[in-house]
Amino acid sequence: MKNKKKKKKRNLGGLIFLSSVFILYSILFFIIPDKTLISLKTSGNFFLKLIPILLLVILFMGLLDFFLIPKSISKHLGKKSGFKGWAIAITAGILSHGPIYAWYPLLKELKTQGMRTGLIIVFLYNRAIKIPLLPVLIAFFGLKFTVVLLIWTVTASLIEAKAMEILE
Amino acid sequence: MNIPEKKSPKNLFNSFLKSIKSFVNILPVLIGVVLLLGLFRVNVSPRIISSVFRGNLWIDSIIGSIMGSLSAGNPITSYIIGDQLLKGGVDLFAVTAFIIAWVTVGIIQLPAEAAVLGKRFAFIRNLLSFILAILASMATVSVLNLIQ
Repeated sequence: MKNKKKKKKRNLGGLIFLSSVFILYSILFFIIPDKTLISLKTSGNFFLKLIPILLLVILFMGLLDFFLIPKSISKHLGKKSGFKGWAIAITAGILSHGPIYAWYPLLKELKTQGMRTGLIIVFLYNRAIKIPLLPVLIAFFGLKFTVVLLIWTVTASLIEAKAMEILE
Repeated sequence: MNIPEKKSPKNLFNSFLKSIKSFVNILPVLIGVVLLLGLFRVNVSPRIISSVFRGNLWIDSIIGSIMGSLSAGNPITSYIIGDQLLKGGVDLFAVTAFIIAWVTVGIIQLPAEAAVLGKRFAFIRNLLSFILAILASMATVSVLNLIQ
């Protein structure tokens, strides 16, 4: 009952947020109509690009819910998952594609099933490393910078995970 | 063959239904975030971003992290802006903080993160990422200075 109430409140929060954005667009439309229309078109393009990733995440979540039982999540990604859990989270973060917010529901589902908070942090942080973009980073800042930055990114993700688990 | 209760086709359908329902729940926030991203992309130019740096190493590193946190989009954009900032005389510390914060802190995505993963989680995670963007940038540039 309490959970249902909380969920309803959360949904209402989402609708209030969306309404606020619509109000912001309406105000901006009167001030800078051309730019507002271009922004709307840009957002539409973002959303179209987002659809395949959202479908993929929905598929992942459905399959996860069907095949995985909380016990196996706890074993591989839970509090006692150890080095393997960190390695899985880092690799999954690096390999995951699309915008970060598309992955939130899947992470919530995994957390509900027993995934360690630190591993969620590590996953989200390591999304900063994108293998297809590495040549671009090297082209702009050089190989040495890229390698050192990547090492510190992984290190920072582990520090943040530990800090988060202490603060939680 | 005896199919266990959990793996029946009916349960597969229910699993997908559950998955779709959780997406429908976050759809208003998701649409809101995408609309904000559109506004950001069109109205905040790289020139606006580069105009806020002051020439002080510490302050610029913090500004770099703030600007990266407020920005969003493809990381390539942050590399291009970062390159322009370097050419414009902004220190590598600040530029590194900027490109790290660009991908690790998400102020625009914060409503979506808070709605799905919880307000406390989203707030602490973004705050830690903001601080770590500055620290990681200092660590990166210091190591580079040492090995060069």
